[in-house]
Amino acid sequence: MIDERFDAIVVGAGMAGNAAALTMAKRGLKVLQLERGEYSGSKNVQGAILYADMLEKLVPDFREDAPLERHLVEQRFWMMDDRSHTGLHYRSDDFNEEKPNRYTIIRAQFDKWFSSKVREAGVTVLCETTVTELAQDAYGKVIGVRTDRLGGEIHADVVVLAEGVNGVLGTRAGLRERPKPDKVALAVKEMHFLPRETIEARFNLKGDEGVVIEAVGTISGGMTGMGFIYANKECISLGIGCLVADFQRTGQTPYGLLDRFKRHPSVAPLIEGSEVKEYSAHLIPEGGYKAIPQLFGEGWVVVGDAAQLNNAIHREGSNLAMTSGRIAGEAIFQVKSRRDPMTAENLALYKKMLDESFVIKDLKKYKDMPALMHTQSQNFFLTYPQLVSKAMQNFLRVDGTPKVEKEKSSLRSFIEARSWTGLFGDAFRFARAWR
Amino acid sequence: MTTEASVRVEDKLFYNRYLVDAGRAHIKVRPHTKPSPELLAMLKACPARCYELNVKGQVEVTVDGCVECGTCRVICEESGDIEWSYPRGGYGVLFKFG
Repeated sequence: MIDERFDAIVVGAGMAGNAAALTMAKRGLKVLQLERGEYSGSKNVQGAILYADMLEKLVPDFREDAPLERHLVEQRFWMMDDRSHTGLHYRSDDFNEEKPNRYTIIRAQFDKWFSSKVREAGVTVLCETTVTELAQDAYGKVIGVRTDRLGGEIHADVVVLAEGVNGVLGTRAGLRERPKPDKVALAVKEMHFLPRETIEARFNLKGDEGVVIEAVGTISGGMTGMGFIYANKECISLGIGCLVADFQRTGQTPYGLLDRFKRHPSVAPLIEGSEVKEYSAHLIPEGGYKAIPQLFGEGWVVVGDAAQLNNAIHREGSNLAMTSGRIAGEAIFQVKSRRDPMTAENLALYKKMLDESFVIKDLKKYKDMPALMHTQSQNFFLTYPQLVSKAMQNFLRVDGTPKVEKEKSSLRSFIEARSWTGLFGDAFRFARAWR
Repeated sequence: MTTEASVRVEDKLFYNRYLVDAGRAHIKVRPHTKPSPELLAMLKACPARCYELNVKGQVEVTVDGCVECGTCRVICEESGDIEWSYPRGGYGVLFKFG
């Protein structure tokens, strides 16, 4: 039993929880952070890409000692059918800058470092402690938490729920719904180890340069999904994720999908001879703007993945998590410094500040995208990749067929597969959702 | 699909570290005679293949290899087919890389 009273309790030590705890402690608040893993990071799973700008706002000199893998100089988007991929690649020497913009990281290691900054700022971090319940008073106001280890309740003026995409506390307390199968994706990932020089040769990299490959197409078996390959220093993060509702509906297995992705002729040579050292799985919020729950209430706020703050179109999540955590921390500090109580009315400041940030603005921009992608998965993830692949091969294969006939045949295959109305409809719907 | 049968999840889980909380499963399946469609979906959807059919045709869960993703919670908790909690502090999967 902890008799001390805290200004704030932060549940979870991922990107959002660490950002919130750090922000509040730096402003002089007395903060307790609870984490169920043996250390901060040991339960956290991500691809992973780190966005420098959002971390700089929390730890300006992070490049000095953070465990970073490679700075990204290249992005490859692949549209795949079973034997080919059509790629859109962007590589620029501009990304070899003094303060690079994006890095690959290994979450368990990065989070351990992030947590050391949180501790240095004065936060009391208790690991190996699972929060089982929110403590509420007779009026429903959140007044603290109950854990599996400390007995009794720990009290604070406000609880920051940074419990992740699969957070159970908010749901148990009736503050938000449990994620629905069509609003979250399940991703599985393996860590493939190879000598550094091998990775650099295979991916055309020099020194600490890094590359990301993101792939859609027949690899997801008609489901809404995406494969990814991230080059780290001495390993490759490789995984694939699809909507949980699609797994449920089709009966495809996540590990079967992963295996097929690994054996794809465009992927297999990249990981050949590697030693796998870990297999992980994690949910990803995919519902976008319309899936964002109530973000604050009497004595509580929710941040990061727990609040479904993930930009599925740009595959950005950790930066939204960090930013929402930081903003929540700043809002709480402002309320506290005015000596106001942590009521819903006062904590609404968090949502107001978040609405003005890129977090909500970006999610709002793509608010119709999830519905389009999730209901048209056969077209966008199976039919079109196959058609594009066929058209590309037709374009490149030199076999004496006049070019006019080749073009006609490619066009015909698109019309036969989707019809003129289908094609224009898809283009229109896509453009409207993207706008 | 024939290719999927060759994937052994057990081999994948062998890479991972776990601290098993013996006798305290963090996921429990509600006793049933005939499994619901949601429970049956878990036979395929669970990435650690924790869900299996027993000889009586009921769905059972063994959480030792669980990677704590929450997929079964998302599919099965609402219908009451399972009870889902996180493992006690310090127990469960221990990711080295994550």
